[in-house]
This record gives sequence, C-alpha cells and structure tokens, in this order.
Amino acid sequence: MTALIDLKNVNKYYDDYHVLRDVNLEIAQGEFFSLLGPSGCGKTTLLRTIAGFEAPSDGSLHIAGANMNGVPANARPTNMVFQSYAIFPHLSVAENVGFGLRKSQLSKSDKIKSVEEALDMVGLNGFGGRAAHALSGGQRQRVALARALILKPKVLLLDEPLSALDKKLREQMQSELRRLQRQVGITFILVTHDQEEALIMSDRVAVMFDGAIAQLADPQTLYKRPRTRKVGDFIGVMNFLPAHVTDPNKITLDVAGLGTVTIAPEQAPSGTSSGAAEIGIRPEMMSILFEGEPDRGEIAEATIQDRAYYGDMTYYDVHLKNVPEPVTISMKNIIGRPVLEVGETTRVSWDARSLVLFAS
Amino acid sequence: MKSLRSYAILYLIFLYAPIALLPIFAFNDATIIAFPLSGFTTQWFTELPQIPALIDSVKNSLYIAVITSILSTLLGICAARAAAKYSFRFKRPIMGFIMVPLVLPEIIVAVSLLVILLQLGLSLGAWTVIMGHVLICTPFSIAILNSAFQNLDPAMEEAAIDLGETPWSTFRLVTLPLVSPAIISALLISFTISLDEFIIAFFLTGTEPTLPVYLWSQLRFPARIPVVMALGTILVAGSILLLILAEMMRRRGLRRAGLQDKGGFL
Repeated sequence: MTALIDLKNVNKYYDDYHVLRDVNLEIAQGEFFSLLGPSGCGKTTLLRTIAGFEAPSDGSLHIAGANMNGVPANARPTNMVFQSYAIFPHLSVAENVGFGLRKSQLSKSDKIKSVEEALDMVGLNGFGGRAAHALSGGQRQRVALARALILKPKVLLLDEPLSALDKKLREQMQSELRRLQRQVGITFILVTHDQEEALIMSDRVAVMFDGAIAQLADPQTLYKRPRTRKVGDFIGVMNFLPAHVTDPNKITLDVAGLGTVTIAPEQAPSGTSSGAAEIGIRPEMMSILFEGEPDRGEIAEATIQDRAYYGDMTYYDVHLKNVPEPVTISMKNIIGRPVLEVGETTRVSWDARSLVLFAS
Repeated sequence: MKSLRSYAILYLIFLYAPIALLPIFAFNDATIIAFPLSGFTTQWFTELPQIPALIDSVKNSLYIAVITSILSTLLGICAARAAAKYSFRFKRPIMGFIMVPLVLPEIIVAVSLLVILLQLGLSLGAWTVIMGHVLICTPFSIAILNSAFQNLDPAMEEAAIDLGETPWSTFRLVTLPLVSPAIISALLISFTISLDEFIIAFFLTGTEPTLPVYLWSQLRFPARIPVVMALGTILVAGSILLLILAEMMRRRGLRRAGLQDKGGFL
C-alpha cells in the first residue's frame, strides 16, 4: 500500500535556522493525524510545506503518488483551515463557503446546492445569508471547515483550529471534528500544541521538537511508552528518577533509593547498555496505600509534601524515602479514601511494569 | 485636569480662530478686512465664477490634483504591499527614504526640482507640478495604505490561493476589497494636499497657475481680497469635508476587516 502523503528527508532552512530536520513521514488515506509539539518546533512549517505555502529546501513530498515539488498551493489536492480562520469579512457566509467553487464547472444551482450541503455538514444551515464578520468564534471555525471541505480535498490541513476557542467550545469541537472526519473519510492533518487534544482526536501523532520528529505513534503507545524523556515530559505528567542499569540483558536496574527492579524489553529502548539511566513513571501508575487496598508490587515509605485537590482527583507531591526528588501521584477520590494532609507519612506502591526506561 | 482643559481650548482657538475669520469676512459687505462688520452679503461668492483666470486656475488645480492623487495612490499601493508582504534587503532604509519628503522642507524640494527640470530643459507646466506633488503625496498615501496592508491577515490571501485562486485573482477578489477603504482614503488625502499645495506649485507651475498660486497673486489687489476670502472659505470647507470622508473610509475599512482601531493617520 502506498501512503497518501509521503515525505522523504524533508529539510527546511531559513537562512541559518534549520526549521525542519530530515522529516520522514507517511500518512495513510483516511487517517486523523496530528503534528504535536511546542511552539517553534516546526509543526506549522511542516503543515505549510504540505499545503504548498513553503517549499522544502531539500527532500521530496508526494501526495497520492504525485510529486508536489514545484506544484503551487492552488493546484494541490489539499485545503486548509487557518488558525485565524481567515474568513473573508467582505463576503457573506455562503460566498465564503462557495469561494472555492468559483472556478468549478458546476452549474449555478449545483453550486448553491453544494454550499447548502457544506453548511449543513457543519451545522450551520440557514446561515448562508449572514455577514461573515458578524459570526462568533465557533461559527467562524465551522465556516472555515465548510469552505475547506467543499472542494472535497484529499487532505484537510488544520492549523491549531481550536486554540482560539474557550474550553467548553473547544471540547465540543474536538468531538465534532472527529465525527466529521469519520463522516467524510478525508485525511485530516492537525497541528496542535495541546497534547490532550492530540491524544483525544488522533489515530496517530507525530511529536516534534526542534524541527525533527521525536516519536511517531498512536496515542496509547505515545502515552505509555514515550521513547525519550522529552516526549514523556511533554505528553501528560511524568515523574523521572535516576537509575542504574546493572544487567542490560535481563534489564535489571537499580532505581535510586527504591531498590532493584527488572523490566520487560518493551519498557526499555533497544540496545540498552549498563550504566546510568533514568526511569519515568506516570502519576496514576503510583498509588498511596490506603487501609485495606491491595498494593501494586513495589512499596516505599513516603511523606506528603504538598497536595492539590481537584474534586475528582487529588494530586500529591510525595517525598519517597531515600529518593532526592519528590514525585507526583494522582489518586481518584473514591468513597473511603481520605484526602491526606501535608506532613503525613504513608506508603506508596507501584507496578514495575509501568516503568519506562530512558537512556541518559 | 481643569488647567489641561483650558489649555486645550486655548490651543484650539489659536489653531482655528484665523480660519474662522475667513467665512466671517467672506460674507461681510465691505472691501476692507476689518471689524466692525458692516453687513451680510453673498456678493463675493457670486463674483467668483465671473473671473476667467480664476476658473482656469481651478480647472488646472483639479486636473493636477486628480492625476496626482491617482499616481501617488498607485505608487503607495505598490510600496505598502511590498513592505507588508515581502522582506528584502535594506527594506527599512528604503521605506524610510520614501517617507522623508513628509518632513523635508517643501521649499527645498521645490527649488531642487526646479533646478533639475531646468537643467533637463523641460518646460514648466501642469506635469512638472504633478511630479512635485506626487513626490510629497506618496509618503502620505503610503502611511495610510501601510496600516491597511499591515492589518491584513496574511492568511486571507493564503486562504484564497488555497481555494484555487491565482495570486492575481486573489489580489482582485480578496486584497483589494479589504484595503479599498484605505485606497479611497489615500486618494482623498493626496487630492486635498495637491489642491492646497502652494510652494511647489509656485515654483513649477509656469504660465498656468494653480488655484493657490492664483490666490496669492490676487493678494496684491486689495479690492479682490473679499473674493479671495470667499474662495478660501470654499476651499477650507471642501478640504475638511474630504478629510472627514477619508477618515470615515479608513474606519469603515477597519470595521469591515473586523479589526481594532490602532490609531490611523488622523
């Protein structure tokens, strides 16, 4: 099977600044794909390269088998939803949505029909006659979507489309975008700096730092098995503890202050060598041992250093005995579990299977 | 606060009292410009169209102002668009030097232009005045258009390209409509500046004076002064009207683009 989008060794330089470093990426037809990373990591440049607004300095880009080298943006089978939505303020909603049909061979009545269908698809039926500049943020977003989808592109590119919306609306649009993507079956490529958004929406996520893809995986793998400490730190919350690999074959390690554990090969990077390393563990993978609750295998003495009560959860900063750095532990507030006070001593338990080893 | 307010009022009086005298004496029934006023008349206004040299100078001025405003706005569009969209070497110094005539003493510009034109052997006339006026109007039109082009979200043009338009049709369908209020405002302001400009016109006009040059020549004849006052009144009213129109267009442009007013030219 050939990928719908195929980038090979794509590099981009702005003067001396290396914006994209050897990006290799294959995106399949119908995939919801996210480019995730902090601002300035090159994710938007990569999206704009696919759209045709930036030309790669070297490397190749194919869409549906066709080489896109030198193909201008207006001739590519891609359409884009811009971060600012770029709704034309001097046109009506219907004129905005139908803008891309100006050059099509459709009859006038067919054009009107497809504008109506597109508006219907994004839940804006009846809005066609409105002035575009009078719309709310969420409505603009929908107009931008309808306008980009009306040309039935092979790929829809979304540049941080939800970042301007408030939290409630953003969550609503996340599920709507997902539903829309399943409905139209078009490949969506989403650029976002919001790791939660990437996990919620995507089939696969490429995490980018400094112009290079640090890890490309499905959301679960990304969360459970980050390949580098940086990825683990960027996605969700992760505790890091210094460790020492004593047996690289069985992957046995000494975790500072916590003793010896043995982990499975998939928890460690390939080619682990003995010596200094680091382990990572998620806050929900450790638990405070309350009365009558089973332990998770490994146990350590602990003191509560700080706590934050979130309603459904409580986050504890815990000082583990003989461990220099405090760790964060999240606990669900279920019936029978007290919320511990700062200074209380307790026991903490975790499962060695939830550890991830990073080479240092 | 209170002293600030009285300062502002004094300042405005200083600024506008002399101009306010124009209409007062334009409607005064006496050839001598002095208080007390002797009576109301519209005689000076009715005399205006009966002076052929005056009519010629008005026609000449309008011709120069229209062409100047179109040329300097076209040049302004090119410069403002280039400055907003592209980055090129020496962009800042280039833009700076284009804006310099804004602060250069007009007499210097006028004299140097005169010297050059005479050296080149060109005869003075409407087109030499237009050259001088374009030189001083272009910075104003750039200043107005620059803010419109800078305020334009670059994603607007990209969105149109993305939807299949060519760069030229994008400019026509998206860019121009969005900056058109600024274009009209630049046209109006260049027109007003050219119409009122005296020094450059005085040096470069040759045998066909513009309106301000004609007015100045009439000041030698005391009997003509009330007529000059009447004409001045019309000019001031017209200029204020045009400036208000220009500012209204600029604000409308901002509203249409859904932008915050970041303080414009006026």
